Amino acid sequence: MAAVSMTVNGRSVTADIDPRTLLVQFLREDLRLTGTHVGCDTSQCGACVVHLDGKAVKACTILALQCEGAHVTTIEGLANGTELHPMQAAFREHHGLQCGFCTPGMIMTAVDLVNRKGSDVDEHTIRHELEGNLCRCTGYHNIVKAIAAGARAMAQAPLRQAAE
Amino acid sequence: MYAFAFHRPTSLRQAASLVGKLEDAKFIAGGHTLLPTMKQRLAGPANLIDLNAIPELAGIERSARAVTIGALTRHAEVAESKDVREAIPALAELAQMIGDPAVRHRGTLGGSVANNDPAADYPAACLGLAATIVTNKRKIAADDFFKGLFETALEEGEIVTRVSFPIPQRAGYMKFRNPASRYALVGVFVAKRAGEVRVAVTGAGANGVFRWKEAEERLKARFAAKSLVGLSHSPEGLNSDIHADAQYRAHLIGVMARRAVEAASNRE
Ligand SMILES: Cc1cc2nc3c(=O)[nH]c(=O)nc-3n(C[C@H](O)[C@H](O)[C@H](O)COP(=O)(O)OP(=O)(O)OC[C@H]3O[C@@H](n4cnc5c(N)ncnc54)[C@H](O)[C@@H]3O)c2cc1C
Ligand code: FES
Ligand code: FES
Repeated sequence: MAAVSMTVNGRSVTADIDPRTLLVQFLREDLRLTGTHVGCDTSQCGACVVHLDGKAVKACTILALQCEGAHVTTIEGLANGTELHPMQAAFREHHGLQCGFCTPGMIMTAVDLVNRKGSDVDEHTIRHELEGNLCRCTGYHNIVKAIAAGARAMAQAPLRQAAE
Repeated sequence: MYAFAFHRPTSLRQAASLVGKLEDAKFIAGGHTLLPTMKQRLAGPANLIDLNAIPELAGIERSARAVTIGALTRHAEVAESKDVREAIPALAELAQMIGDPAVRHRGTLGGSVANNDPAADYPAACLGLAATIVTNKRKIAADDFFKGLFETALEEGEIVTRVSFPIPQRAGYMKFRNPASRYALVGVFVAKRAGEVRVAVTGAGANGVFRWKEAEERLKARFAAKSLVGLSHSPEGLNSDIHADAQYRAHLIGVMARRAVEAASNRE
């Protein structure tokens, strides 16, 4: 066993874990933050995307011990109490999900892409940026629409972005 | 995964001394090649030495003649670096074509070079630009570094610290991606340097990255896509697998090489 400390959604956590523990396992099984999903476990599908020190990463392909001292944000860390993050609200509004399995990863990827590309990203860029996120249900069309709308909404909610 | 002990040195010296002391130890950088391999139990090191907390391995430096990139630099940092984009735009474009955004936030230059996957992108840039791979022990020319499938000149426990890319007059990279894995089915890096042209091919060779000398000679005479018209690579010695047979790869080498020259020529 080995000790690890990190900040998850603003809360510091410390635990004694098996060195083999993946970040996604640590989040789901130790912290019970089950919003982050495992779709493939082979770094292909993006269901496990979280933000590590502000950048989108696949939590199934990082050891929890490698995140010592890091700041992690999961899907659970986006909403402000009962008020959804603008990107979450946009996914609901634009039917950006069906079964919802890919959605946490899609939203974390979307927020990251808006942080990097700005809030007026075009459709082509959004589609390209989603190459590491697979959805088996929607055909992507409404996801792309939701992200474009969520991006614009994020520009109007700068305080929420700053908090992230 | 098989069980292992985890170590996180904070200096290069500590890392080197750990790897000398510990039995069956392996370095981990981005982990985007190693962890999948460990999950499949194709690798099972007893000790894992994490390079992520070593400051000497980070950073990008630009001089008049070269861009030098720390081994721990993520693909996304190379793609976004102003220095790289100005000095060697083809290198920034190559980094931008690796995997997907999340992979690029995590995967490192050093890991890619040390791993020498036959379908990886960076080996083509190293060979095409006549880069120097710097380790904690020595400097190795790219021509002497890549030794075959997943094989390099690195000795047991040797750490890649940075890679120095000489700034070319012009360069271009074109990649035909495997749509599922996003690795190169064929990728061609072309660079025009003082006195030589280099054409490095990844994804195609049964022995990993290689230089296409016939194309280099033609381009040296005249650096234009037209110079390559009618020239094709032989399927001999190329990969054949479920993704593409050797003949198709041979064809793609010609196409990607011409497009890479065009990309290099159109740059102002
Ligand atoms: C979904 C997916 C898509 C990908 N697509 C592409 C692609 O399109 N093109 C491409 O080129 N690659 C691709 N990759 C691979 C990716 O670029 C890897 O990040 C890279 O090949 C390895 O870098 P790493 O830092 O993750 O290395 P690790 O996995 O940490 O290490 C790989 C090997 O290198 C050794 N090592 C690491 N750093 C050093 C060092 N500094 N000195 C000595 N040895 C070292 C390790 O011991 C290990 O053996 C993809 C990966 C994934 C998961
Ligand atoms: S579970 Fe991590 S990418 Fe699919
Ligand atoms: S909504 Fe079902 S996988 Fe995307």
